[in-house]
Amino acid sequence: MIRVSGLTKQYGARRAIDNLTFEAEQGEVLGFLGPNGAGKTTTMRILTGYMPPTDGEAIVAGFDVVSESLEVRRRVGYLPETVPLYTDMTAFDYLKYMADLRNLPTAENRVDEVLEMVGLSDRGSGYIGNLSRGMRQRVGLAQALLHKPEVLILDEPTVGLDPNQVVDFRKLVRDIGKERTVLLSTHILSEAQHICDRVLIINKGKIIAEDTPENLQARLVGGEKVSLRVRGDADGLEKVISKVKGTKEVTMKDSNTAEFEFAPGNDIRPEVAKTIIKEGYDLLEMRAVGMSLEEIFLELTNTEVKKKK
Amino acid sequence: MKNIWTIAKREYDLYFISPVAYVIAFVMLFFLGIVFIFGVLSATQNPYGGGQTPDLRMVNVWFGYLLIFGAPALTMRLISDEIRMGTMELLLTAPIRDSELIIGKWLGALFFILSILALLLIYPIILNFFIVDPGIDQMLMLSSFLGMILLASTFLALGIGISAMFSNQIAAFFVTLFLFLGLWFLAGVPAFFITSGADFFRFLQFGTHYETIIGGTLNVSDVLYFVTLTVLGLFVGTTAVEMRRWN
Ligand SMILES: Nc1ncnc2c1ncn2[C@@H]1O[C@H](COP(=O)(O)OP(=O)(O)OP(=O)(O)O)[C@@H](O)[C@H]1O
Ligand SMILES: [Mg+2]
Repeated sequence: MIRVSGLTKQYGARRAIDNLTFEAEQGEVLGFLGPNGAGKTTTMRILTGYMPPTDGEAIVAGFDVVSESLEVRRRVGYLPETVPLYTDMTAFDYLKYMADLRNLPTAENRVDEVLEMVGLSDRGSGYIGNLSRGMRQRVGLAQALLHKPEVLILDEPTVGLDPNQVVDFRKLVRDIGKERTVLLSTHILSEAQHICDRVLIINKGKIIAEDTPENLQARLVGGEKVSLRVRGDADGLEKVISKVKGTKEVTMKDSNTAEFEFAPGNDIRPEVAKTIIKEGYDLLEMRAVGMSLEEIFLELTNTEVKKKK
Repeated sequence: MKNIWTIAKREYDLYFISPVAYVIAFVMLFFLGIVFIFGVLSATQNPYGGGQTPDLRMVNVWFGYLLIFGAPALTMRLISDEIRMGTMELLLTAPIRDSELIIGKWLGALFFILSILALLLIYPIILNFFIVDPGIDQMLMLSSFLGMILLASTFLALGIGISAMFSNQIAAFFVTLFLFLGLWFLAGVPAFFITSGADFFRFLQFGTHYETIIGGTLNVSDVLYFVTLTVLGLFVGTTAVEMRRWN
């Protein structure tokens, strides 16, 4: 469980995060989205007891991050952004060291377990310096899981993972997120869509949106969007679609694919289909495309910029 | 408490894969070996028939001089390496106190020096059983080893205190070295000019206390001097780590 209220961090004259307030419940995966310099890492560092905030309060796993920092650190698993590893140790020894620092009773068994969880059972005896980047990332993740933390905080955890690993990772995080609290940051918005129960978009240290991925989408998209593909070159397709009453924002995605939008509740797809067939095009496909989180994200951060100006 | 051991053990193990540590151990053992042999030869083979009993005083004095250079080299990377590798973030978010981190690292370095000291025990053993009859002065021997341990403890604590203030290990090395040189040789200098506070400046000096102890005189004030500086060094180190959090 994470409760943050009025959290502010000032680095000299720069305000990295500004009056953040949010919560994450047990059994929830909260995604932290934001462009570079938004303040994601700063927030996570405060929540993990790495550094105190300038102002505001944060309760993690029931303890205050400033006055009960050690209690918080006992209950939090943290994968920092620049995965910190001792390259001169083997993966096993490294994890054993971290397990010992947490006074885990059967450290060796637990290390074997987490190595298994991240798919590195066969690399435990190899030096970390000789592991690939993605494997190191997984060793870092294993470290965060060692003590079965109540709260898991992951700073850009999938950077450097191959697609197979990303799939495994998502499954792992979703499993963990069923019982515990997970906060993860990412730039990859489709990832948040896949893993997170709720997303929190922050920009320049401020929260600019907070909702489930689905709701965010619904809230932002004024209409429904459809993609349509025909056989062969589609000269003039754009114009033909535009002629149908109710179509908006018609664009060609490539030579034979067009996209258009229409207002919700005014489904004009049958008319569009009839029209283009009548015009002699071979219709291959017509499907609804949701507005991706990428677009939502760009929209949100850009309106923020525009408002400032 | 257990965390301190965990950290100390890792640091100790790390010295055994560190070239710098090997160089320090080698130079110390090699150089002190030569000092020892010359000491024995000059005492026993003196053509003018001095009839002196060979002792370890010169070895112990030189141990101190070598440690002025050795200790900063052993402590310089203790904190800066963690910062460079980013592992400081790991340690500062692990459930350990900042003081446990500093004390653990200090102990790791101290154990390394103690290992060297254990090897140096060979000299009094040689003297005792093969050269000096009816054996060496045991109290002097104990006192001088205590002196060496206290000196190492103090140097390493001050070294880690300074290391925690610097992100750059070369800077940490030189600042530590100059502090030691200053405290050893220069702190007593004002005593020549300022008569009223002369005792105070002489008290500051490392050398005075060290030479008294290895000379076989065990005063509470000398022991207290080293213990105080050790605590001070560890305190400075802990504070420096805390300051890093506030940044
Ligand atoms: N140690 C520091 N000293 C001074 N300023 C800092 C420090 N760390 C971060 N900042 C500033 O705080 C702001 C937020 O940084 P932060 O690292 O939290 O961003 P982020 O959201 O994690 O970005 P990214 O996506 O690039 O990881 C940035 O403007 C950054 O320059
Ligand atoms: Mg970041």
